[in-house]
This record gives sequence, structure tokens and C-alpha cells, in this order.
Amino acid sequence: MQYGISILLSGISLGGQYALIAIGYTMVYGILRLINFAHGDVFMVAGLMMVYLSASLPLAAAIPLMIILAVLLGFIIERAAYKPLRTAPRMSVMISAIGVSYLLQNLATYVTGGLPQMYPALPGLSNQLTIAGVSTKYVTVVTPVLVVLLVAALTQLINHTRIGMAMRAVSRDFETAQLMGIRINSVISVTFIIGSLLAAIGSLLYFTNYQSIVPLSGSLPGLRAFVAAVFGGIGSIPGAVVGAFLIGICESVIKGSDWSVFSDAFTFAILIVVLCVKPTGLFGEKVTDKV
Amino acid sequence: MLKIENLQVHYGGIQALRGISLEVPDGRIVTLIGANGAGKSTTLRTITGLVKASGGSVQWDGQELLGKSIDKIISTGIAMSPEGRRVFPDMTVLENLKIGAYLRRDKAEIEKDIQWVYSLFPRLEERSWQLAGTLSGGEQQMLAVGRALMSRPKLMMLDEPSLGLAPLVVQDIFSIIREINRQGVTVLLVEQNANMALKIADLAYVLETGTITMSGTGSELLADSRVKEAYLGKSS
Repeated sequence: MQYGISILLSGISLGGQYALIAIGYTMVYGILRLINFAHGDVFMVAGLMMVYLSASLPLAAAIPLMIILAVLLGFIIERAAYKPLRTAPRMSVMISAIGVSYLLQNLATYVTGGLPQMYPALPGLSNQLTIAGVSTKYVTVVTPVLVVLLVAALTQLINHTRIGMAMRAVSRDFETAQLMGIRINSVISVTFIIGSLLAAIGSLLYFTNYQSIVPLSGSLPGLRAFVAAVFGGIGSIPGAVVGAFLIGICESVIKGSDWSVFSDAFTFAILIVVLCVKPTGLFGEKVTDKV
Repeated sequence: MLKIENLQVHYGGIQALRGISLEVPDGRIVTLIGANGAGKSTTLRTITGLVKASGGSVQWDGQELLGKSIDKIISTGIAMSPEGRRVFPDMTVLENLKIGAYLRRDKAEIEKDIQWVYSLFPRLEERSWQLAGTLSGGEQQMLAVGRALMSRPKLMMLDEPSLGLAPLVVQDIFSIIREINRQGVTVLLVEQNANMALKIADLAYVLETGTITMSGTGSELLADSRVKEAYLGKSS
């Protein structure tokens, strides 16, 4: 029983962390029809920046600074690697994204010398607590609460603000959005800023559970979050969140069983099944038809 | 007044506009008629900045529009209802109207203009909470026109508003265009339905493969034997 609870708790927590990454994938896809392969690496760089910043600054300064720098990184990647390719075929942009991903991984290898970096302990996240007789870290409880709050805020932003309306318009129709006077480049930048912001917050929560961080630390969580986004229906924010929680819980259950080495195999098997059976995912793009 | 001089546009190696010149005086309805591929839509799209010109000039109230960004051009008081309506299908009718006023900040005035659009198109008010994608073709066209009006344009450009609509609905749309013009909005209308367009136009231009071949008042062209033969389907 206790074992079950602990697995469920860690699954929900892991799912929440994937959700924060998956939203970045799904929002960028919704607007640019681009799988931003560099997104998982932005997540990793956010983690590394936390390592370096916390070494010389108090946490109260290091955390906001890390988030600002991660957001800046997302913004610069879009301006430098994707914006010049706005009218190019989609494949070119995707290759550019893969290039950025390798660039970030290799830069990280260069800076760290390829050695694992100790992730700092964050009081309030890494301290222990006991729920229902199960001992766990605070982050396990903080994550789902924070994810719900952030997703609620994001939904408000998208459905009830001017920039949100612009984002919905751009995701539908670039040209007509421009005819309304919307500057699509600003809207796309905002999308990358939001995605990177959430990934940076996600990195705080995710890496707290690990001892150290290496240049490849972003790639698997990034891929799992990507699977979650596809599972939920790429382009849909609620889909990404639900998909992430499901993937997180599945992973946690399998890791707690005798089959733990197959957890990633299972995750990617889900991807294949979803793509074969329901390519639009759980909440795939709805098509509004005349009734 | 909108004044286009020697406007040229290339798509790759193909020349879509071969140096056209035309004028849209304030307060008038001007129409541009011609066959498919003549360059009518290209003309409108170049004015809004969606298509880059390779030469010539587009003067609007004395300022050059070529080279300006689209949002700057829109903010000078030009609006366009695009070909194929292009409403935002998963937004409500009301949201579609609000996004038409995207560049405006005067909330109270926007609210008034929504009521104004509803008075022009009562059907839109009945359906204000419906998703635009569920409207009929005619209603979507009304919404596209209403959305363009929400920016309170001085110049309204309409690209094929009659496309794919039943004759009765086309009549409705054209009488609204007249009404909008009567309320002080200059109209530049692109149409394949030459008969309807020429009937309401003060000035008309005929565009053929990127060149203006004829111009005159609407009634002059309506009576012209060449226009009759080529665009009105009557042999005289």
C-alpha cells in the first residue's frame, strides 16, 4: 500500500515536471509547426546555469537570474536559428533545431569538461517530509501544485488577454493575423519566452531529484516530454499536461516493477502506438466544421 | 487618397504586375476587375505589405507604403477582407470582431463599433457566441467584412467578397458595401463578378495579365462592348 502511494506520488511529480517541458514543445508546434528539438537542451542549460550561479550567488538571487537567462536563451535561439528561416521549408527549420540541440550539448560538454556537476540542494524542495507514512521530498508535493497554478495562469493568458488572442490567431493563420496588425515575430518570441520560462522552472523541480547533471541530462527528459506532447495531441496545452502526467505515472510504475530497465522502451512504445492508432493524440487539433 | 504608380511585382521569375497605375479617391468605391490570375489579389496584397513589390510606388495620403511593415500599414487606416474570408474558425464571432480591433486601445469606442457592425449585420449579433467555423459561407463573409471594419479603416479593401456565395447573399453583401461607403469609408473592391462590381463602382479598372487595359466610371465600363464580351458574358 505504502509502496503504491510512493510510486504514485513520484509518478505525479515526474509527470508535472514533464508537463512543464511538454508545454514548450506543444506551444511552439502550435504556432510554428516546428518540433523544437533544442527545447530539452534549454532545460539542461537551465540546470547547468543553476549549478554555476548557485556556486557564487545566494539562491534567492541565483534562481531568478537562472530563469531570466534561460528565457533569454530561448529568445535568442528563436531569433538566431529559426526566424531567418521563416519562409524556408519546414524541414530546414527542423534541421536547424537539431543543430541548435547539438550545439548546446557540445557547448555544455566544453564548459563542464564532460564531468557531472553537482546540483545544489534547494531548501524547500529537497528537504524530506512524510505523507501517508511515505517519506519523500517536498518537491514531490510542490510540483503538481505549481504545475496546476502555472497551467491555470497560462490558460487565462491565452484565452483572456490581447497577446493570448494574438497567439491563437497566429497559430491558425499567419497571413490573416498579420492583416489584423499582429506582429507575428513578437508573438513567436513570446511563445519561446513562455516555453523557456516553464522549462526553467521545470529544471529546478526535476534536477532537485538528482545528484548531478551532465550535458546529456536534457535529452531524455526532453524526449519523454515530447512523447507526452504527442500523446496528448501536439499543439494542445491541456493535452500536453494530461499526456505528461500519464507518461510520468507509467514511467514511475514501471520503474517500481521488475521491468524497470524497460521504462523508456515503454514510453517510446507508447509514441509508436499513438502515432499508428490516433496520430492526433488525446486532444488533437480540433477541426471546426459547419454544422 | 491611394495612388499607385508603376507598381511591379515578381513571384520568382514570373512578373505578376507589370507596372500598373491607379487611383482610389477618398470616399469612392473603386473596383478592379479581371480574370483569374490577372493580378487583382496581388495588387491588394502588395498594398497591405503581404507581398513585396519589386518597383513602383504606393502612396497613401501622401506617404509611401512600400517597404513599411504590415502592422504599420494597417495602422494607417487600411483594412482588408481577404479572399476566401479567412475568419478564425475556432474563435467566436465576437472574438473575431475584437481581433479586428487589435491595434486599437480605446475600449469604449471598440464596444460602440461592435454595436455598429451588429447593426450592419444583425445575423452576427444573433451568433456572437458561435464559433466562426460553424457559420455559413455568407455569414463568414459578413464576419470578414465586419472584422475589417473593426479597425475603423479609412480605406477598406475587399478581395472577392462574392466568391462562392448564393446570388441573394451576394446582393446583401454588395448593399452593405454601399452602405459602408455611404458612411464615409473608401472602398477598393476586387471582383470576378464584374457585373455586380461595376454597378456599384464610381471608378473601375480592368486588369489583364498584370497590366491595366481599361479604366473609366463603372457605368462606362458596364456599357463597353469589350468589357461586355470578356467579363459580362454577353455578346453585343
